[in-house]
Amino acid sequence: MAKFMGLAEAIAQNVRDGDTVAMEGFTHLIPFAAGHEIIRQGRKHLTLIRMTPDLIYDQMIGMGCADKLVFSWGGNPGVGSTHRMRDAVENGWPNALALEEHSHAAMANAYEAGAANLPFAVLRGYLGVDLPKVNPKIKSVTCPYTGEVLATVPAHRPDVGIIHAQRADREGNVLIEGITGCQKEVVLASKRTIVTVEEIVDKLNPPSFNSVVLPHWTVGAISHVVGGAHPSYAQGYYKRDNSFYIAWDKISRDRDTFLAWMKDNVLDKTPEAFAAHAKKGSV
Amino acid sequence: MDFTRNEMMTIVAARALKNDDVCFVGIGAPSAACNLARLTHAPQITLIYESGTIGTRPNVLPLSIGDGELCETALTTVSVPEMFRYWLQGGRITVGFLGGAQIDKFANINTTVVGDYAKPKVRLPGGGGAPEIATNCGEIFITMAMGKRAFLDKLPFITSMGHGPTGAERRSMGVKSQGPTRLITDMCVFEPDAETKEMTIVSIHPGVTREEIAENCGWTPRYAATCSETPAPTAQELEVLRDIQARTKAAHAA
Repeated sequence: MAKFMGLAEAIAQNVRDGDTVAMEGFTHLIPFAAGHEIIRQGRKHLTLIRMTPDLIYDQMIGMGCADKLVFSWGGNPGVGSTHRMRDAVENGWPNALALEEHSHAAMANAYEAGAANLPFAVLRGYLGVDLPKVNPKIKSVTCPYTGEVLATVPAHRPDVGIIHAQRADREGNVLIEGITGCQKEVVLASKRTIVTVEEIVDKLNPPSFNSVVLPHWTVGAISHVVGGAHPSYAQGYYKRDNSFYIAWDKISRDRDTFLAWMKDNVLDKTPEAFAAHAKKGSV
Repeated sequence: MDFTRNEMMTIVAARALKNDDVCFVGIGAPSAACNLARLTHAPQITLIYESGTIGTRPNVLPLSIGDGELCETALTTVSVPEMFRYWLQGGRITVGFLGGAQIDKFANINTTVVGDYAKPKVRLPGGGGAPEIATNCGEIFITMAMGKRAFLDKLPFITSMGHGPTGAERRSMGVKSQGPTRLITDMCVFEPDAETKEMTIVSIHPGVTREEIAENCGWTPRYAATCSETPAPTAQELEVLRDIQARTKAAHAA
């Protein structure tokens, strides 16, 4: 049942050391403010699930929040490497990071299986590639009807699912528009959920009968964080900050530069700081 | 008109696409080529990005596969599970357009690691959509600049299958799609040999020599008997490409 609260309280109540956490948003609506709050609260030993770790997990990995990463594409889109993730994998800094690596198709199917309350997902995938040799969770099943051998992966069932959305109404129903990724599946697959929103409105007014709406009884904590997806974006509110994604390459390359940036922009800040980004990039 | 080798590569890659193609677009070089095709000879081409955008017509090249521009200009946008299940696995895509970090003579691609997987020398981003794009699209075009570190005799890791380690694996595994039918580089164009599936040079770009190609390829490349010179870019192709790249640069710096 949806409950409105501040972001600090939402994270404190729902995210515990050692949890498996999925923070989704496929380029769009990435819940950066929630990631920063997890860093400020010093959560440790998390297993982080995300199709594209993006800058949000690069920051969390670099600040020592994660023991394990479950993912399918770990780079800075269109720019290059996620340097903090690479430093953890290649050099064990700030700690060793275990990898469970999939393809996008498998990750999307695993979220969908979780939402559908199934133990595993089945797909025509991983043909002729090396990933199954290094990820023992990728297995196969023989179709009982045709005999075709198909790939399987376990369903994602996170302890906590975290997403950012455009808006919620006062009852706690949540609307997502634009590139909706697999946020609906993450919310329905997770034991506990946190949704940050750009706006809280009297009436949700979904733009069409088929809009993606999560009923209030499927979501847990809702926190109002204006700009909470920056440098990702919220369609209809503000644009993706591509210049920041480009700038992150230099900030994150060096450990000290990264730590200084995190102190100034995350550790010494509060969720309210995100509002200025939304204003700057507003559409 | 003067042109760079990178422009030549993008333009030749764009020419490979047809007006009635439904194309799954990889980010980077493939995205530039696919949009150049749309803005020149293939105005009705359907471009699909893995973020769920179908029939998108961006005015600037996206930095990521999920920029807002892609959604705003799309015919429709579907969820990511639906994209991979109904549209890609469902067999709706005629061409997948991929880039890569490393490639071998059978057009297998590595974008996962350099060195040992558990203790990598360089951790690359990984496969993303590519492993299933490579087998579920009707055919695959690949575009990559040549170099000794990119064109390898043997890959440390196969992220997505081309024609398999010996060229015979698609057939032996019962994969029905064609796999890589064209590899467009900054120096030449490769196509698979009908029998062996080894990628074979079918045309050389203007001003490039066979010696240069040999210096930038980790195996001894084969040439088709009919190997010709790739037609140079036209003034129109160059103008449209430079325009969209200038618009893109201005948009991303803002």
